[in-house]
Amino acid sequence: MSNTIKVSVWRGQTEGAFEDFEVPRQPSQTVLDVITYIQRNIDPTLSYRFACRVGVCGSCAMTVNGRPRWTCRTHVDKVATDGTLQVSPLRNLEVVKDLACDMTEFFNKMNRAEGKFHPTKSRDDDFDMVLPDDPKRKQASQGIECIGCGVCYAACDVVEWNKDYLGPAALNRAWTLVNDVRDGGNAERIAAVSGDGGCHACHSQQGCVEHCPKHISPTHSIAGLKRAVAKSALKGIFGGDD
Amino acid sequence: MKPRGHRNHAHYWAFVLHRVSGLLLALFIPVHFYVLGMAIESATRLDGFLSWTNTPLVKLAETMLVVLLAAHLTGGLRLMALEFFGTRESSKTAVAIGTGIALVVGLTFLLNVR
Ligand code: SF4
Ligand code: SF4
Ligand code: FES
Repeated sequence: MSNTIKVSVWRGQTEGAFEDFEVPRQPSQTVLDVITYIQRNIDPTLSYRFACRVGVCGSCAMTVNGRPRWTCRTHVDKVATDGTLQVSPLRNLEVVKDLACDMTEFFNKMNRAEGKFHPTKSRDDDFDMVLPDDPKRKQASQGIECIGCGVCYAACDVVEWNKDYLGPAALNRAWTLVNDVRDGGNAERIAAVSGDGGCHACHSQQGCVEHCPKHISPTHSIAGLKRAVAKSALKGIFGGDD
Repeated sequence: MKPRGHRNHAHYWAFVLHRVSGLLLALFIPVHFYVLGMAIESATRLDGFLSWTNTPLVKLAETMLVVLLAAHLTGGLRLMALEFFGTRESSKTAVAIGTGIALVVGLTFLLNVR
């Protein structure tokens, strides 16, 4: 292990340039450690975002050597195979400054996909029973660990091609709620995810799956939504109970 | 600033293969119908054409075509397994198997040409 590492860091907004830094190497150093070192010891004007440092809050995602990653849990050893790092903001989002992106659109799309809970009961009602091995519960479990980091959103080509595409995280969130028996918003949700920028825009390329740090498969959640939309369309034509 | 590293994975290449094979096959369809049309119009022209297809280069092109067909077919089956049945397990293995089958089918075709 050499004593320092060369780091190119994006400075500016959409217009800008990479600036090179030399940072001392430490054992078990993460990419976030490197960025923090630069800000604390070399250039205090460097802007970036983080909070928990342990992979819970989802605020530290950046593009590291060409791939979107959560920087607090990405070890330098693993990604700087040739001893250099290039760090830039996430793709597909407006840059606020340097490494900080504007996440507004990303979270707005969660709302637009009806990725919010529609309660059906009041405090006077009894609890719903959700058994751990219920098939719907199992489907939901595969998607609920999302930390909203935006890595999948940055990895998705359809997001880049189609500005209205709701994106992997929002659709994954919608799918977990489709499988939530306590939720009463499925009619709105199915309508919300079946439009132009909805689940059918997904090409199943699985860039999202490849990069999601929580090992979620938005692709499969989106496939689930496609089936749910088809089912509800068939019900619309032939009738049936819901 | 357009980092492209995020595209370098099996499913992306499977997507590219599926698109490209689909496009090339679509381009081939008019040619296919043209030859079929020949069969209706004039047997001698068709025979002439068929003897041209016996040249090695055309045979090779035909083999490519068979590979493209097989690749598009297995790619489509893989996608349908994912989308209709939500198959999760070994989806990269499925990409490999699909590509493998396509190549084997192509090779079988090549070995069977006289
Ligand atoms: S599988 Fe769908 S959501 Fe995921 S990266 Fe590809 S197009 Fe985007
Ligand atoms: S699905 Fe994965 S990559 Fe996408 S926002 Fe959630 S945790 Fe991040
Ligand atoms: S800082 Fe919270 S997930 Fe990285």
